[in-house]
Parts: sequence; C-alpha cells; structure tokens
Amino acid sequence: MTIEAPAGARVIFERPELLTDRSTHYCPGCGHGVVHRLIAEVLGEMGLGSRTIAVAPVGCAVFVYDYIGVDFVEAPHGRAPAVATGIRRVRPDAFVLTYQGDGDLAAIGTAEIIHAAGRGELLTAVFVNNGIYGMTGGQMAPTTLLGQRSTSSPNGRDAALDGYPIPMTEMLAVMPGVAYAARGSVADAPAIGRTKQYLRRACEIQLEGRGFAIVEVISNCPVGWRMTPTESMERLRDVVAKQYRPGVIVDRTKEA
Amino acid sequence: MTTATIPPTTLHHGHRVLMKGNEAMAEAAIRAGCDAYFGYPITPQAELLEWMARRMPEEGRVFIQAESELGAINMALGAAATGARVLVSSSSPGISLMAEGMSYMAGAEIPMVLVNVMRGGPGLGGIGPSQADYFQATKGHGHGDYRVPVLAPSSIGEAMALMADAFELAEKYRTPVFILADGTLGQAMEPVELQFREPPRLVAGWAAQGAEGRPPRVVKSMHLEPEDLEIHNRHLQAKFAEISAREVRWASESLEDADLVIVAYGTAARVARTAISHARDEGLRAGLFRPITLWPFPSAALAAVAARTRGILVVELSAGQMVEDVRLAVEGTIPVAFEGRTGGMVPTPDEVLEALRRLQAATAAGRTVSTVEVRP
Repeated sequence: MTIEAPAGARVIFERPELLTDRSTHYCPGCGHGVVHRLIAEVLGEMGLGSRTIAVAPVGCAVFVYDYIGVDFVEAPHGRAPAVATGIRRVRPDAFVLTYQGDGDLAAIGTAEIIHAAGRGELLTAVFVNNGIYGMTGGQMAPTTLLGQRSTSSPNGRDAALDGYPIPMTEMLAVMPGVAYAARGSVADAPAIGRTKQYLRRACEIQLEGRGFAIVEVISNCPVGWRMTPTESMERLRDVVAKQYRPGVIVDRTKEA
Repeated sequence: MTTATIPPTTLHHGHRVLMKGNEAMAEAAIRAGCDAYFGYPITPQAELLEWMARRMPEEGRVFIQAESELGAINMALGAAATGARVLVSSSSPGISLMAEGMSYMAGAEIPMVLVNVMRGGPGLGGIGPSQADYFQATKGHGHGDYRVPVLAPSSIGEAMALMADAFELAEKYRTPVFILADGTLGQAMEPVELQFREPPRLVAGWAAQGAEGRPPRVVKSMHLEPEDLEIHNRHLQAKFAEISAREVRWASESLEDADLVIVAYGTAARVARTAISHARDEGLRAGLFRPITLWPFPSAALAAVAARTRGILVVELSAGQMVEDVRLAVEGTIPVAFEGRTGGMVPTPDEVLEALRRLQAATAAGRTVSTVEVRP
C-alpha cells in the first residue's frame, strides 16, 4: 500500500525497499520485525539485494522469506550455516546471510555454527537471542537465563538440573576464523541504532573477504516471557543485557 | 594416506583400466560435471571422499570435508539450491544422518546425487558389504510422503555409467537420486571400460541465485496450510508416478528358456550369475532378472517374467528386503523363495545353487515356497 505525501510535506520515514509490504505473523511487541527491518535497510543501503542469497531458519522466523525481498533457501532446524556454506562455495559472487534464533543456532545447530565459524566461511550470521523457544510455546532454550521460567523450566532454570546459559557469541569469538562478532539489542532506539552499525560492519566484512562475521541481537518474547511488550523491553534492557552484554566482542579486522 | 590406484590424467573415455569402485564413481561424477562434493569419512566409502579431495580442487571445483553427515547433506542442499550439480557420498550409518536433508530436498525439489556404499547394520554394525539399506532407500529414507529414484549398479563400469544418468534424472525431475552400491562394489578393483558422459545442463529457473532483474525466489519445503501442502504433495505424487512410468530399468540374462528365475541386484546379482551358470551345467534351467532401478521397481516386467516361469529365488545381502517387492510384483502367482546372508557375509554361488535346487524340488512337488530362509 502506497500513501502519497500531501503537497508540501516531506517524507522522513519510509518502508525500506527490501522489506515486503505485508503484515508479519509475529506476536505484538516481538523484536523479530525490528531485526528484519534493520537487515532490509542495511542490504538496501549497501546495494546487496539482488546478489543476496539468504538462509531461513526453523523457529519463529521461519517465514522471514515472506518479509525480506531477497532470494532465500530454507534450512532444516539448526543447519543454516551448513546450507549457507554450500551456497557460498558454489556462488562466490553472492552475498550470503543466515538468520537463526537461539534454539536453532545454540542448541540443535551448535555443530554447524561452530564449524562454519571454524572454517572462516565468508558468511554474515544474524543470531536473534530471545532466550526461549517461541514458536513451539515458550520452552527453555540454551540461552534461557538462570531462574527464568518457561514451559519446560516451570520452576525457573536451575543450573543443577538444566545447566548454564550458553554464551555462543563469546565462544565463537575466540575462533581465528571469526573476523567479527558483536552483540546488539532491540531494547531501545539507541541500541537499535548501534545494532544496525554492527550489522553493516558484519556485511562489509563478508564483502572484504575477511572471514566469518556474526551479530547476535538480544531480543524479547512478550508472549513466551508472559509479559506485556513494554515489560519485556524493560526486562531486556535491565536484566538480559546485564547477562548478555551488548557491544563488539571481537573485531580481528582491526588487529592485523 | 591412501593413494589413488591410478593417475586421473591417464583416464580416457573408452579405455579399459583396472580401477577401484569408489574411485571410479568419484571420477565418473567429476566427468559428469559435478560442481561440488560434500562428504564425511566413513568406511567403506572413504576412497570416494579422498579421490574428490584431490581431484575437485584440481578441476577448480568445490570439495568440503564436513563436520558430520548432517553438515555434508545440508551443504549439498545449499549448493544444489543454487542450481549447482552436487554429489554426496556416505555409508549406511552416515546415510541415516542424511535422512533429514534428503526429506527437505525431496520436499523442496532440489536435485542431488547421493551414493550409499552400504555396510552391515543395524547401528554401527560392521564394515563388510551389505544390501540392508534397501528399505531405507526405496521406501522414502526420511520423513514424509516421498520417493527418490534408486539406481543399483552391479559392476564398477555400470556404476560409472549410472553416475551420469543419476545427475540427469535428478535434474530432469528435480529430485535427489540414490546410487545404492555395497562395500564390495566400493572396495573391489576390476577392469572397467571407462564410461564418461556429461549430461546437458537444464536452466534452473527455480534456483536461488540472487534476485537480479526478477522477483525473489524461495527454495523451500514448508507449506503450512494443509490445503496448500496437499496440493504440493499431489504435485510430488504426480511426479513420482511419471518417474514410475518412464524410468524403470532392469536387465535380464538367460530368461528365454528359464524354469526358475533369480531376482538379485548389485553384488548379489554377480553371485547369482555364477550360480546360474553352475545350475545350467547340471541341467537346471535358471535365469537372472536384475533390477537396476530399485525404485521405481520393475514390477510389471517381473510379473511378465513370472508368467513364463515356475518359481523365483530372491538373493540379497540382507535378511530379506527386496523380496517383499518381488512378492508384491508377482502377487502370489508363483512361489518366491529367499536366500540371503547378513552382517557383511556374502552368499556363495554354492549356497545359491543349493537354494535353486530346493526351489526346483518344491515347485516340482507342487509345494508352496513362502518361508523366508535366512542363514545365521
């Protein structure tokens, strides 16, 4: 739907060209839509839309291909980095981006992300961490915080029973194949602005052929967290960001 | 380090050379235009991966030793989803891990060729030759309603020829294709007349290659609405019906005057051939019916053969899997007996000959032969 600006008015905010003109299936207040928009903005601004082959995950963002207007390949649960590896190696001129949630990347797909990073694949990995399995009804994820209630940790995550949250991005950052690892957040406008800068840098690094780049984005899940959208954003800023601290975790392009 | 048995530069189409099965299949895939190979080491197919590790970079093509069979099949999925010609190989336990990717590729209609150099199971089993993955290959492999063409070579030369055919079938029908070999075919060396052929490339008007100048494409298997998924499944089933109607292959030997027919594929067919020769020496007129496509199974052709013969003996390196398709094909019209060994054991020609004699005696006496006979 296009709305013409009245005479004399100035357009200051538009839908990015690569963000499709359709309503998402996400719950009200969900952060996935924000991350989608940032990706669409960055790819559009960098002129990468027509050469991007992106890989869609299994989880809440399974329909990401309906919202970002680039070529997509669907991956089985957790396998996006392997699928993207295959694409990257046979299409050296393509720009390849993966989009995964925390269940997908940090549980079932642990081997695939570690080894794609270990090989230093020229990929840009977007990792949306909301600490829960949203699509299947709010079960505990590898990233769920200690004490956090979920439908499969009804009394709160207990380290003795459930183990500790896994800091995937810090783990990946120690690997020499990882050129860039950063953590953004969708908690507020300044955090979203910084997240966009991280995403842009992670895309530039692929184009420069420097190695594997990952941007974790801590996000909210109002329904899974049993909170209002506002409460969930406050928790994201005041609790989650204290555990998963936003910022650049490693940038090996600056070390050389 | 395993060294290749023959330098690739000396391999020319039509020449006769002594070559190992795994290496022959690998080189045949390269000459068929394979763009990318993904694998993981497992006995008894490791030489195929090793050949590719050396040869694919020489040809400027893609080779990756993946972190697992899951990694390998999903790298294949990604590469093939862009329209590349892709080969993956493994052996039985690794093939089980690849079932997930195969199901997605069947659903998303992504072409690829997967070689299974079968070993004995279940579980870790052993590393000897086996045909115990017939059910897995022909009845769907992964989850969901689907079939994939399954090609079963019985010699190294035939395995080379089928490699090009497999890529052609995969791309024509947009489907994964199995080449079902066994440890003997993979490990043995035999003289082969080199069969190289590069099938023409079709325009992959469905592939994800970057949406330059066209609307974006999505290569996917998901259809969340039941109505949509049923429409997709009907489309897949129509494709499977077309493959069943057009792509059935089999070979036969000495059937003209045969009273008894052995049905066997792969290595088992070679044992059967020797047994048939010995049987004929003693006046027992036996012939061979050898399915080359295990799916689609040559049911109609076998039913026509059954109408002219008195009994069938199925020989497999398994506890009896293809025998079920044989019985479905002949629909109880003649006796179907079974002779098989498992766990990496191969039936000897004498054992098969003895089974033929028992079948001959039973059919002569008018007895029904319906029990599945398996040796321990």
